[in-house]
Amino acid sequence: MASATAAKGGAGKGTLGAVLFYVFLTIFVLVSTFPLIWIFKMSIITRSELFRSPPTLLPANPTGSEYAQIFGDAAFQQALINSVIISGVTTVICLFFGAIAAYAIARLRFGFKGIIMTLILAISFFPGVAIIAPLFIQFSTFGIIDTLASVIITDVVFALPLTVWLLVAFFRELPRDLEEAAKVDGATTVQAFRKVIVPLAAPGVFTTAILTFIFAWNEFLFATTFLLTPQTQPVTVVIPNFASQYTTDYGAQAAAAVVVTVPLVIMVLIFQRRIVSGLTAGAVKG
Amino acid sequence: MSVAAEKKRRGGFFKREFGDPERRTAYYMVLPALLIIMIVAFFPIMYAVVLSLTDSTVVQTGPFVGVQNYVEMFQNPDFLEGLSNTVVFTVVSVALEFLIGLAIALAINQAFKGRGLVRAAILVPWAFPTVISAVMWRLMFQDQVGVINYVVNTLGIISQPILSDRTLLLIAAIGVDVWKTTPFMALLLLAGLQTISSDVYEAARVDGANIMQRFFRITLPLLKGTILVAVLFRTLDSYRIFDLFWAMSNRELESLSTFVYKSVRVSQLLFAQGNAASVFIFVTSFLLALFFIYGLGMQTSTED
Repeated sequence: MASATAAKGGAGKGTLGAVLFYVFLTIFVLVSTFPLIWIFKMSIITRSELFRSPPTLLPANPTGSEYAQIFGDAAFQQALINSVIISGVTTVICLFFGAIAAYAIARLRFGFKGIIMTLILAISFFPGVAIIAPLFIQFSTFGIIDTLASVIITDVVFALPLTVWLLVAFFRELPRDLEEAAKVDGATTVQAFRKVIVPLAAPGVFTTAILTFIFAWNEFLFATTFLLTPQTQPVTVVIPNFASQYTTDYGAQAAAAVVVTVPLVIMVLIFQRRIVSGLTAGAVKG
Repeated sequence: MSVAAEKKRRGGFFKREFGDPERRTAYYMVLPALLIIMIVAFFPIMYAVVLSLTDSTVVQTGPFVGVQNYVEMFQNPDFLEGLSNTVVFTVVSVALEFLIGLAIALAINQAFKGRGLVRAAILVPWAFPTVISAVMWRLMFQDQVGVINYVVNTLGIISQPILSDRTLLLIAAIGVDVWKTTPFMALLLLAGLQTISSDVYEAARVDGANIMQRFFRITLPLLKGTILVAVLFRTLDSYRIFDLFWAMSNRELESLSTFVYKSVRVSQLLFAQGNAASVFIFVTSFLLALFFIYGLGMQTSTED
């Protein structure tokens, strides 16, 4: 981004400017990552060290006992499994419905396109908490309260705007000639979509999948409303309860928090370019 | 869409929309997504409106009582506390996130060594589940083992445990929200900054515009669209804050959303009033969005 340097001072302004700039960056990176580092430290120290005042900066004698404890906890294992199922199934369903809708919006001509896109995007302004009471009644009527299906249904709806928005942006970037060529060769709209667009759009679809998965993994409100027993609850519901269950077992809480966030941190580090391009796809063009 | 407009004048609208196979395919393709949104979001909000106008419980719909639930809701001190906390939280956290986010975006809008590391640091807080970051910070605010509580007490900034005071809890919640979402705000604003061509700045510099003029006359106006989108999303997000308040305190820090949740789900004694609060949140969110779109001129066009 050499052009941007011209726009704003900073590293280009000589040694003092560069030093200040890197001091600023260091502070920023430290503040961003401090909680995870500190909580990790809390999770590997002994209980007596945890309660020492002033707190130690580096762990005196690290131990993995808190991790052994939480991984031995059947409720925590179940919660991890539930989280994976909820996020995985939500992602697959969302991508399926989202991709076909996004393809129609990005590529086909029809009259109510603007209204339909607005309706879908309006969901991202929609406060989920406003419908927990009616949905609780409806889900009870259908007998799906306290099943993973209840949360998957709501997560799909609230993740759809993100999925559709991103996929529309990605589909629009693909060259139109290829589908035209496929259609000239006798392919139907559906075939053109399946055989030409989907493989080409794979990177965009993958980015969308990551973001949808993170959305569902992090969801809390619907999960805590519709899932009543530890057999169905995901980690986001179980860990805050953990916090009241083992009220003074701070080390175990810290370990549980680390276990839930580390996969996300790894995903973010591996796919950071894709995630950034996905997150900013809407805001700039919008 | 001039071609479509032309066709529209020529033929019957419905015949054209649903008679043409390609258009029909398009409708079939968007139908599943639309149906599920209608059934799971729009129908329930109508149902919530009905429930809020009746004397209902979670097991049965009661008689029509008009706006009585709304009147009682506005007299309920818990609701008023939730409303005031939510407004303070939203205004302060979004303002701080915007200002700090803009500063960060301006600073890192250039080539430098370690860009990847900074981007990773930006994404780490964003990727955390909000409840888990609340649990993490709560451990650091905690009065026996919390490092932040230790530091601020040792420095004499405060003299009581953070988690036992509601004002301190609200301040702490704002701090956690700023920590978690400022980087995300910076990321969106940075993307907007990168679409501004450097030629514009060069031209202004040649014309003798100083750095302040360039910022207020070029950067801000050209960034307006991005700013509005980012601030609207963050405002609506903060306005429905639930998980952070819920997990950071012992369920006692009230917001509009925690009020609804407690009324309809935890005690269920205030079921109808909780529905009134639900409708209140929905309507006010909607008005906020309208204000951004029409009042501030936010671009929402998604057409190509």
